Amino acid sequence: MSTHTEAVSHHGEHHGPPTANHSSRVDARTLGMLLFIGSEIMLFGSFFAAYFFVRVVNPGAPAEWPPPPYEFPVFVAGVNTCILVTSSFTMHWALQSIKRGQRTGFLAGMVLTFLMGLAFLCTQVIEYLNVGFNTGDGAFASVFFGLTGLHGAHVAIGLSLLLMVIIRGFRGHYSPEHHHGVELPGIYWHFVDVMWIVVYSTVYLI
Amino acid sequence: MESPFRSEAAAFRFLLITIGAFALIVLAAWASTALGFLTFLGLSAAAVAVYLRQRGPAPERERVEPLSGPGERRILVVANETVEGEELLSTISTLALSHNARFLVVSPALNSRLKTFTSDEDPARETAQKRLDDTLERLSSVGIDAHGEVGDGDPLVAIDDAVRTFRPDEIVISTHPLGRSNWLERGIVESVRARYDVDVTHVVVDLSAREGA
Repeated sequence: MSTHTEAVSHHGEHHGPPTANHSSRVDARTLGMLLFIGSEIMLFGSFFAAYFFVRVVNPGAPAEWPPPPYEFPVFVAGVNTCILVTSSFTMHWALQSIKRGQRTGFLAGMVLTFLMGLAFLCTQVIEYLNVGFNTGDGAFASVFFGLTGLHGAHVAIGLSLLLMVIIRGFRGHYSPEHHHGVELPGIYWHFVDVMWIVVYSTVYLI
Repeated sequence: MESPFRSEAAAFRFLLITIGAFALIVLAAWASTALGFLTFLGLSAAAVAVYLRQRGPAPERERVEPLSGPGERRILVVANETVEGEELLSTISTLALSHNARFLVVSPALNSRLKTFTSDEDPARETAQKRLDDTLERLSSVGIDAHGEVGDGDPLVAIDDAVRTFRPDEIVISTHPLGRSNWLERGIVESVRARYDVDVTHVVVDLSAREGA
């Protein structure tokens, strides 16, 4: 009696490790992006924990948000939100275009996405310069700059990825069969947008 | 379960859902902070429920190229708690008599979800190994030559592993009766039939009837 795996030896049999199972057929690059986004969620989660502590749990939490006399530029940030959300649509359009072999649509979508992301980041910098308070003006200001700054850093990283895709795109890379290099920055870009929706809703609107 | 960020299209769809959900939360919070919080909780619970209930696309049906030689039949037997059941042993004996059969018995190391997450699988593997050893010994005593292995805790993964290496002509799956079988509840037999183009025999072993007798 033996309790080892069936050892097969006659002609035509499979040698070496078996083909991967259904359960392990996750593309390594996609898995890497998922793990990265998981770590990002934890990072943002720690900042949100600080935000909710300052605003809700802290015994000295301000009755109004932001505490008077400060105000958040809700309208400007709202316009910025529209720009960022629109950039997700153009990103999606770009990927759908390359999947269909439409290079013009792909390149136009990528360039528009990049420009809108850049506009978002520049507007945020201008917002910081004119917001009327700084990190030394209280815990609310620290969490405001912490959360929006953390998100801004992610937008900057996303822009770097988009720029690489654009450069490669203009050099003739990517095709309907090979567009994974567009897909992954696309996932990241949508994730950045999702996080901004959460940040904008909780910090500016509620 | 599928990740909302498994692809760009899925991430884009998730973004649209997030926009809708947070629009509702903000509107509710403007009406009342408590209502906003309740809306957030309700939507979060709904999202978790939908996420847990969704199923990924079914894998494509696979053609299994059997390794069996002329006149030979390779039979993969998958069972755990029912591995020593009379019904299963009777089925194996019948198959052994009617074919020049080679058997591979796989006993999945069934474990609780918590223990799986914490990698506490040694006891489950030991239990499965003991059952397997007893079964092989019993088969050997009646002249049936069978090999065996302890498989993954997920029966579908265990079957996948065994199909890759053993490439059977037939798969025999032994379960408890309907109503007491977790495998039947999960549709394991149907999944295996849908996944592989080999004969699948389902054997029901009623251990409680044997204990009651």
